[in-house]
Amino acid sequence: MSEQAIPQPTTGEIVETISDADFKQQLRKRQRRGKVGETFFLLSNLFGLLMIIILVGHVLNNTFGLVVISNVVDPHTLADRPLEELSKDELISILLTQQPKRIPVIIRDRYSHVEDTLFTKVPLSEAIAGANIPEAYQEMLITDLSREQQAEVLAANVDQGQMLDLLTDNVIKPTVVQSWQLIPSIFDRASIEQEFAEKYPEDELVFRSWLSLDFITSSISSSATTAGLLTALLGTFWIIGITGTIAIVLGVGAAIYLEEYAQGNPLERLIEINIRNLAAIPSVIYGMLGLSVFVLSLEPLFSGRWLGYTDTNGRTVLAAAATLALLILPNLIVTSQEAIRAVPRTIREASYGLGATQWQTISRQVLPAALPSILTGVILSVARALGETAPLLVVGASTFIGVNPSSPFSKFTVVPVQIYQWTSRPELEFRNVAAAAIIVLLGVMIILNLTAIITRNRFSQRL
Amino acid sequence: MQEVISVSSPSIQSRTIADQVAVRTGRVANLNRQPRLFDGAIRTFLFLCAFLSVMTTIGITAVLLKDAVRFFTDTLWLETNKALTQTITADQTIFTTTKTGREDFVVGNKIRFGSGSSNEVAEIVGLTISEDSFTFEVLRGVDGTTAIEHTQDTELYMATAATITAFLTGVKWSPEVGNFGILPLIKSTLTTTLIAMLIAVPLGLGTAIYLSEYASRKTRLRLKPILEILAGIPTVVYGYFALTLMTPLLQAIFGEAVQVYNQLSAGIVVGILIIPTVSSISEDAINAVPNALREASYGLGATRLETVFKVLLPAALSGISAAIILGVSRAFGETMIVLLAAGAGPSWEAGLFDGAETMAGHIARISTGDISYGSIQYTSVYAIGLTLFLMTLLLNFVSSSITRRFREIY
Repeated sequence: MSEQAIPQPTTGEIVETISDADFKQQLRKRQRRGKVGETFFLLSNLFGLLMIIILVGHVLNNTFGLVVISNVVDPHTLADRPLEELSKDELISILLTQQPKRIPVIIRDRYSHVEDTLFTKVPLSEAIAGANIPEAYQEMLITDLSREQQAEVLAANVDQGQMLDLLTDNVIKPTVVQSWQLIPSIFDRASIEQEFAEKYPEDELVFRSWLSLDFITSSISSSATTAGLLTALLGTFWIIGITGTIAIVLGVGAAIYLEEYAQGNPLERLIEINIRNLAAIPSVIYGMLGLSVFVLSLEPLFSGRWLGYTDTNGRTVLAAAATLALLILPNLIVTSQEAIRAVPRTIREASYGLGATQWQTISRQVLPAALPSILTGVILSVARALGETAPLLVVGASTFIGVNPSSPFSKFTVVPVQIYQWTSRPELEFRNVAAAAIIVLLGVMIILNLTAIITRNRFSQRL
Repeated sequence: MQEVISVSSPSIQSRTIADQVAVRTGRVANLNRQPRLFDGAIRTFLFLCAFLSVMTTIGITAVLLKDAVRFFTDTLWLETNKALTQTITADQTIFTTTKTGREDFVVGNKIRFGSGSSNEVAEIVGLTISEDSFTFEVLRGVDGTTAIEHTQDTELYMATAATITAFLTGVKWSPEVGNFGILPLIKSTLTTTLIAMLIAVPLGLGTAIYLSEYASRKTRLRLKPILEILAGIPTVVYGYFALTLMTPLLQAIFGEAVQVYNQLSAGIVVGILIIPTVSSISEDAINAVPNALREASYGLGATRLETVFKVLLPAALSGISAAIILGVSRAFGETMIVLLAAGAGPSWEAGLFDGAETMAGHIARISTGDISYGSIQYTSVYAIGLTLFLMTLLLNFVSSSITRRFREIY
């Protein structure tokens, strides 16, 4: 029995000795290394903060600054008084002298309700229905009118302020020829002014905020000076609206099934595995899925042909929204599952105890209790979809569209795609425009995130 | 005054619940199990919502496979810049062409007379090259086409198709002219990812270690939102940043060698992008290490740094590996930063300071151009997409199996 392998405590064999002084020295070295490590780890955290500050600062730096504005026609040569003081009729006559050919184009751009090819072929009452048309011209074609008569039609529909804008856009045509960033504009103004005096003696140097109301309300144009974000903003809102709707229904539905109805059979495990996998797939691949299935294979459905829309292809708001919905669905399902799981069993048991059916329990007890967390998850997922660019590029965001989206079957562009396109233009002024658009995009995302945080904090109950 | 019913009364006990309810409320309740169609319909609908995920995976795989297979099976007709030097009749099997243009014909190649897709196709059975001309001996009218007469100066087109070998070993990617090698795209994807991980792993781990070991609760509460903000910034904004600030910065540091479009700038910014990913998963992993190990290490006299490196990181290794692999997977699929900062062309020879396109960037860029459905460019995009998909799937699988297999049970 004494040979049983009872483990004996090993004697503490002393392998090497070290003097007190050496030990203290080594200890100090180790502690110093510890401090270095701690500093590095702290700096890693602050690196993130630094990056955010640099990023936002850089974008802001490009959003404001001095610019050189060059006018094609000097406004001072147009009249002997400042243009703001002229009456509408005087402004119209200047337009007639300077750019008479633009007048029918202006009328078409502002008031036309028919396709461009038909505009010159139908009478005014149809072509610009809704506009103020002088009686005598109602049944005439636009091409039948003389320039003065066309100017009359235009004058009947604009006021002095709008006339001044038209004159500015069509005759004076101010263009930014060079821009500077904010920091040099503030701190280095003298050398900028000197450069301006040397290179652009006939132009103006003004301080410009590229982020302005005009920017948000104008449409795309090919010049950096007049470029606007409106089409992209509307596209974003249309797409996000549809995406959010689809994703909420499908995502919360899937989460409810997986949490409440699932019994753990292999099919449901497969579903769960799939959801985890889908979350890791790059967004471009979703774009390719959207392109192949929604835009091409299901084109009659997604182009609106079944509802009578003509002149569309599959690259519509609806296809884009469906693609984005699929993209954010996996994450949304996971967060909704967690929200539903957090509702205690006792609530369900009590409901069943009172005789409710499963769906009654879910719809009247579980869902309302989980709703704040679910909403938070939805808002955050939608915020993520807001910034997605790559899948929309693949699905077919338009590069240049002049009309705002008006239905789920319109062509579309979104703010991130617009930022991408402006950033890739070679002209440096487009960097400023892109920066302004980035500020708008970040602003919308901040609002969404704050909404999510407020929802979470204020409406979450302790269950 | 409450109505009290004596429970001992036999008449009460013999009544069913339904009767009691009827007595009290005056309404008759049907307590039998009722078929509720609405509930069944809801359940089916919810099941379909969940099943959608499986459909999506199947959809992605099918879509990618379908057109990628077409990429490898479609014949591509290349211009050869060779023209007939004489008119040939419908049954002539030997003819000469100019010497200019392509010279890589081999026996067995198919050639086509002219650019129309239904023009006559011939198969080369013999080839003689002389100083100033090519002489072809062919089988006329193969592949279901009929042999007809062709005039002098008819251009020849050469058939080629992408093969898996060419795809995986070629170093030039321009499918329209017959270069089917994906290696340049893979190489630049790997380069960008490597640079990104060199940035993200130290900084991400450092962040995670600080947050879990060194930071007080208040500090942690204040620092965590920073990471969430970093993670929430859209990638297109990072791309803008890479092109307009990082590249000039690199040019200021490294001088003229840095091109306007370069991989280094894109790689660094992708690294910044995935710091939050690496950091949050690593932090979870480090937090999951039980306190007992920490205490034991401190009890033996280790400094905090030594505890981190010798006890905690090895213990959390599976979680940290998962974090790193997920970061790699994210970097693989990153599109916008690369598109904006790394340039517009696949390039095998590109160095760090030159531009080279990654797989994801190439897919996005080609898709924004005019591509006709079914063309070689369209199918080539799907071949790249399939490769990218398989690579990320593999990484994801490795990551979850590492997490499962090496998770220490404490």
